[in-house]
Amino acid sequence: MKFTRKNLCIPYVVYLVLFVALPLIVLFYYAFTDGTGQFTVQNLTGFFTDPNAIGTLLYSFAVAIVTTAVCLLLAYPIAYILAMSSLKRKSTVIMIFVMPMWINFSLRITALKEVLTVLEGNLAMYPFLNAVIGMTYDFLPFMILPIYTTISKLDGALREAAMDLGANERETFLRVTLPLSMPGIMSGISMVFLPAMTNYVVLDMLYNSTYIMGSLIGSYFAAYNWHGGSMIALILLAIICLFTLLTDDDQGEVQRGGALL
Amino acid sequence: MKKEIGGRIFLCVMLLLLYLPILILAVYSFTDATQIGAIRGFSLHNYVTLFTTPELRDMIIGTLILAFGSAAIATILGTLGAIGSFYSKERVSRVIATLNQIPVVNADVVTGFSICILLVVVLGVSKDTYIPLVIGHVTLCAPFVYLSVMPKIKQMDPSIYEAALDLGATPARALREVVIPQLVPGIVSGFGLAVTLSLDDYFIATYTKPAMFDTISTYVVNATRGSQTTIKTALWALSTVIFLVVIAVVAVMNRRSGKAKEDTSGEQRKAA
Repeated sequence: MKFTRKNLCIPYVVYLVLFVALPLIVLFYYAFTDGTGQFTVQNLTGFFTDPNAIGTLLYSFAVAIVTTAVCLLLAYPIAYILAMSSLKRKSTVIMIFVMPMWINFSLRITALKEVLTVLEGNLAMYPFLNAVIGMTYDFLPFMILPIYTTISKLDGALREAAMDLGANERETFLRVTLPLSMPGIMSGISMVFLPAMTNYVVLDMLYNSTYIMGSLIGSYFAAYNWHGGSMIALILLAIICLFTLLTDDDQGEVQRGGALL
Repeated sequence: MKKEIGGRIFLCVMLLLLYLPILILAVYSFTDATQIGAIRGFSLHNYVTLFTTPELRDMIIGTLILAFGSAAIATILGTLGAIGSFYSKERVSRVIATLNQIPVVNADVVTGFSICILLVVVLGVSKDTYIPLVIGHVTLCAPFVYLSVMPKIKQMDPSIYEAALDLGATPARALREVVIPQLVPGIVSGFGLAVTLSLDDYFIATYTKPAMFDTISTYVVNATRGSQTTIKTALWALSTVIFLVVIAVVAVMNRRSGKAKEDTSGEQRKAA
């Protein structure tokens, strides 16, 4: 075969088909079959008729919505103040804000757990509060970074123009800066909301006995119930697809590891 | 001006909240306390335990080998994939971009579980071979390498490659000596990203790792469930060591990027 540049992608395409596409196809197959390989919708109907499962779904939505809202309420002022400030080394300050991202999450949550234990005594007493605190502590940098990037790229002339045209500071913020920072907000929301529905290990580490969607996969995995687990994974996948379609702005991609710095 | 000061105070308070738990743990890691609150005296025994317990040492070394190994594989796959995809037909490159996006937006729980089902349940690959674990981590990391290399390819001047061919280089040589050197910044940041993603992963490792192998994340999570105090406080020392390493890396990166900015501004001045 003659060497051409486009052939270089063959190994990666083969890899993606084998280990990204194929696992999802298998997941789909397992979700709609039972132990004997017979087609069944039992896993699907079972989920939507089980009050506990529905309760878990609603609870994870609640945890994810509150966590995302808290992250947004904290991250937006941080990003805004920093982007607008006259500090000389803003890039250093934003780096300090996202640096926790590079410390292993399990060690950070361990630290948080020790502090919360001193403050609250028995952690099991406040499961919802602790879930939100733990997730916010874990995911806050993912909200700060995209919002900061968007605000700091905004053209200052637009704000000045609004002021010149008679808008006061509050109106300028509400009608110019805030709408223009929406792409950053959306990408921050997508970075926080989905992990907050699935990252059950944060809850586990805080001695939380409440379940979110991710915990269901974990418990099916522990019970070797591949069919039930696949159906949960598929439901999560559907939620993720919906969510991605709603918030899509092809921005969030590389921000997970803070590569934009 | 008053507003600015208020803003800065808010930033400081947020930073303090973000770092307080890690700092408290760092202080206590130098004492013989077994829980926060009761300082008894200065002691280095947590650090001695951390560096002399074989179990802990193996776990740390294993995590690092896994991270750098799977990041290396992911970097090769992702970089070649990005180059090839850029020069492929529009339709092909769109399919690659879509497949590439799946692990990026997918929850790690789902990625890990689906890879476990395919490899372990369907194909019967033993987890003890480390194959599912490495494939899981490469799947997690390679898409991010692809995404960091792609913009650099798009920025590249296409006529340079043509010029190399006109001057007699074979396509392979032109690629190796002309194209890839220009992509180095993207490849390096992709590799760095891959290492941090692998280091921070919990879910994919949990679903694919051999029973006797632990990464830092899986080890720490299991340790918080157990009640072994010596191990628990040794992990405080580990947290402090990692914190210091991250500070050092960030400081070096920051100085470098500062320097790079100075260099380019110097060049601009020269050009003017």
